[in-house]
Amino acid sequence: MNLRLKQIALPLSEFTLEVDVEITRPVTAIRGPSGAGKTSLLDLIAGLRRPKSALIQLDDRVLTDTATGRMVSARHRQIGYVPQDLALFPHLSVRKNLLYGHRPEGKTADGHLFSYQHVTDVLEIQSLAERSVVHLSGGEKQRVALARALLTSPRLLLLDEPLANLDSGLKAKIIPYLTRIRDEFGLPMLYVTHDPDEVRDLCDHQLWLERGRISSAPR
Amino acid sequence: MSVQEWQIVWFTAWVSALSTITILPFGLAAAWLLARHEWPGKSLVETLISLPLVMPPVATGLILLKLLGRRGAIGGWLHSRFDLDIVFTWRAVLIALGVMSFPLLVRSTRVAFEEVNPRLEQIARTLGAGNFRVFCTITLPLASRGIVGGMLLAFARALGEFGATIMVAGNIPGRTSTLSLAIFQNVQLGRDNDALHLLGVSVLLAFAAVWGGEYFLRRKPGFK
Repeated sequence: MNLRLKQIALPLSEFTLEVDVEITRPVTAIRGPSGAGKTSLLDLIAGLRRPKSALIQLDDRVLTDTATGRMVSARHRQIGYVPQDLALFPHLSVRKNLLYGHRPEGKTADGHLFSYQHVTDVLEIQSLAERSVVHLSGGEKQRVALARALLTSPRLLLLDEPLANLDSGLKAKIIPYLTRIRDEFGLPMLYVTHDPDEVRDLCDHQLWLERGRISSAPR
Repeated sequence: MSVQEWQIVWFTAWVSALSTITILPFGLAAAWLLARHEWPGKSLVETLISLPLVMPPVATGLILLKLLGRRGAIGGWLHSRFDLDIVFTWRAVLIALGVMSFPLLVRSTRVAFEEVNPRLEQIARTLGAGNFRVFCTITLPLASRGIVGGMLLAFARALGEFGATIMVAGNIPGRTSTLSLAIFQNVQLGRDNDALHLLGVSVLLAFAAVWGGEYFLRRKPGFK
């Protein structure tokens, strides 16, 4: 993966998010205190916010370039996004949530299709298909949100503190699923977290974001 | 009740229902624009939409009469172009009811749209959905309780409309006479029993509409 985030400037309420970095490792953690701009950075990459200036390029595809006015819409970016609150659609069943953005044409690094069968097998959620997402446990919701993002056959997966709302027991259960996603799907990921243990278990590399500025280690 | 009274009840019910259905697409569009977007002149449009709620209904009726009469801007054009008259016809009743109940529909629907978490709409876009699909599959179903509640309130408001209707449509038996107008006329003529019959039907219809609205607003959302 090569994700270029160049000359990014996005005014936030208390500071401006200013990032200039090139990310090449498969799984990169973004750490930093609350309110540092981590979610805003993921929103920018996903195409949910319009920056004052930015060049965002994923491999050979320019997603945002304010110099030329190019802004690929969120729907066409093929970037899977699991936000912190998961944003599962409460009026739809698990199956309908999963199939909402299903693009069956994508393949994993080892040639598996991002098929409904394969993804729900890996995350062990097949038995939940007909249930309401409202009545799932925290860990089940987490896995459904991950599966929904995977079924879009994304080229990059953005995970915004995916384990933040879980207790330590549930975290210990979910981390192996994330490891499986990393290993089986070979998907590049940006992983926002506060937890150094998650970084150690899952990530190849970490960046530190504080008041909108990025560095390779805490200041 | 007499056949004529049943005709009045039937006319009032269907013209109220038709006015609610007619204003629905406009109400949805206005509520969505007010709830989800900032644009120049927004507060002016908000105020204009709410005016029929606070103005005397007869004043609203007079404005409609001036606009829709043969010498009015809209009515004159419709008459010369399509040979179509509005005032003192069932169409005038329909328009008066629609205008008077529009603010209630927009207010209820706007709140319903505002209560839909925008994050759900954003994530739907990252899942490949365009604006229309997001609106139809996420926003609309999640706001549906408020929308249906607003429709029932608008219907109930239309059932009881009097001032604007009598200004723009008159009270022509068999053509523009609604429950409210007929009750008023019966009382004026000393036909208290007839007025009480129609009053009973009015109470039943209004009760059913408001109760239905409350039911939809309070019931727990299901899933599909």
